[in-house]
Amino acid sequence: MEHQGLNLMDQALGFHSNVTQQPWPLCGRFVLVEDCVDTSGAFVLHHILKRSFTSRPSSAVIFLAFAHPINHYDRVLRKLGCNLSSQRDNGRFFFLDMLMLQCPVEGKPKHDGLATVFEKIERAISELHPENKKFVTVVIDDISCLEVAANGSSNDVLDFLHYCYTLTSENGYALVALNHQDIYSDGERPAFMLEIEYLADILVKVDPLATGLAKDVHGQVMVLNKETQKQQGISSIKVQNFHFKIKENNIEYFYAGTRT
Amino acid sequence: MAESVCRSLRDGVLEGELAPALTIKDSLSSPFGFNVFSHILVQLSSHIVAGKSQSRGMVIVSLSRSPSSYTGLLKMNGVDVESSKKWIHILDCYTDPLGWKDKTRKSGDIMDPSNQILSSYKTVKDVNKLFSVICDLGRGLVGENKSRFCVAIDSLSELMRHSSMQPVASLLSNLRSHDQISSIFGLLHSDLHEERALAAVEYTSSIVASVDPFHHSVDGQGSYIRNSSEPNLTKGKLNIRSKRRNGRVRVTCEEFKVGPSGISFAPVSAVDGAAVAGLIPKVQFNLQLSEKELVDRSRVVLPFEHQGNGKPIQIYDGRRSLEESNNETTPISGGKKEDSGRGEIIYFRDSDDEMPDSDEDPDDDLDI
Repeated sequence: MEHQGLNLMDQALGFHSNVTQQPWPLCGRFVLVEDCVDTSGAFVLHHILKRSFTSRPSSAVIFLAFAHPINHYDRVLRKLGCNLSSQRDNGRFFFLDMLMLQCPVEGKPKHDGLATVFEKIERAISELHPENKKFVTVVIDDISCLEVAANGSSNDVLDFLHYCYTLTSENGYALVALNHQDIYSDGERPAFMLEIEYLADILVKVDPLATGLAKDVHGQVMVLNKETQKQQGISSIKVQNFHFKIKENNIEYFYAGTRT
Repeated sequence: MAESVCRSLRDGVLEGELAPALTIKDSLSSPFGFNVFSHILVQLSSHIVAGKSQSRGMVIVSLSRSPSSYTGLLKMNGVDVESSKKWIHILDCYTDPLGWKDKTRKSGDIMDPSNQILSSYKTVKDVNKLFSVICDLGRGLVGENKSRFCVAIDSLSELMRHSSMQPVASLLSNLRSHDQISSIFGLLHSDLHEERALAAVEYTSSIVASVDPFHHSVDGQGSYIRNSSEPNLTKGKLNIRSKRRNGRVRVTCEEFKVGPSGISFAPVSAVDGAAVAGLIPKVQFNLQLSEKELVDRSRVVLPFEHQGNGKPIQIYDGRRSLEESNNETTPISGGKKEDSGRGEIIYFRDSDDEMPDSDEDPDDDLDI
């Protein structure tokens, strides 16, 4: 279902059709994408990446990659009609390759590892052209791999996410992160996932269909949007549910039962 | 409007006693704890500025919100933050709680000379030092005399994550015992901690305000409000448990609703019964019996029971046509045996003898 170029995911995230008159809806907000083994939520990251480049001329993305190399994202975004290489050349896309990151182990303070990563983010932001500093999105793919890099220290990961979150409140940047909720939901530390959910302003939960695999519907999405008046707290909570199908060059979103 | 709680904090502490301590407890199923916290913060601040409370100042320990959000909150509610008589100080444990941002300078805790009401705190894991800093800041607000100040901690959960349950419980105890502290209040997310940690904080609190969903979920898990058909996504219940000086516990309940203008409280509505009834699954048949139905049911005469009042009764046994059976009578009797030489059906109605016992398993006598 398209509405003046906006699909259901755009509407759920708060995008408006008239982008020039409306502020970037993810400004100062933390979008948490939760997925599972059965249904990957990476497409949501790709969608937001593409939106951040196409909807705003003066925006930039700082991408922390813990899961895939840049070629992977380049290929995926190319199919969606977005050229990451040219965005990088234009100074709007900073790719921080964290695939080989391994934080220091015993004997050395663990937090130094992630503190250094945060320093890199701050340095990348400082190197941005002033024009592109207005709407910055920091993307983390993904939190589970970040925890592996931090030697399993969930506390260090939460500290790191807190620091990234301060970028949203202090500078109005957007933070987007992907987490694999099935790793934590039945484990000994469900509190780790809940801590991050508390922090999130928008929760995008991607699940398989309850009825199993299907050819025309690849999964279901629940978008929980906390409208917050930061001073006072939550003013309203909007929940939207819809289905999706990942195609070769785009993703289709539609309400359940509207597929013909 | 959570009046009793605001009043307790406003009235403060009696000489020789522990300061009142409020813990606001919420969960992801009703994540409005910060709304309640903000409301109480604004109310108490108004009382302090108006000179109507025992506290003459307030120290806010901000861990989960930026200090600027608090100054913005107070200004938005008409509370003068920048008055000439300094009454508020915000200890910033949010911006750089571990000193990461100043790694090159290693400057430690800074007093920002340009901002009179804000101090940075960068060693949030050291709870003992935090206690000293809070006391120093409070004394800086009200002086060394007998004046008192209150303390607000916006995330006890964050503090417990950085340290552990024991230091935080100890901090709360020390704050309550301090001779210049009038009252303290803090916010805690109950689904982030073990039961014993929650219990420890609740024991050290004199008032526990629990932010609960409007309708309790069946599974009781701390899951987010995921059901989009839930009509009350912005409503909930505030259950307040206060410990009185004489040892009695007072429990009250209010409904609250959040919106763009803030949070509002109301007594629990009388339509709770209807609301509860709405939770019963709707099926297409009625499982209950009305009065009339009960009476009619008791009047139903079961087959093979004594009936006819002495007159012979005709029973159709299914082997002959109805016409033939009409020419024969098969007298029956119930309750006593007769040696008539013919087949009889003697029926004793079990259900009249004893009341149904729900504990009994009717299949107990089965021998399969």
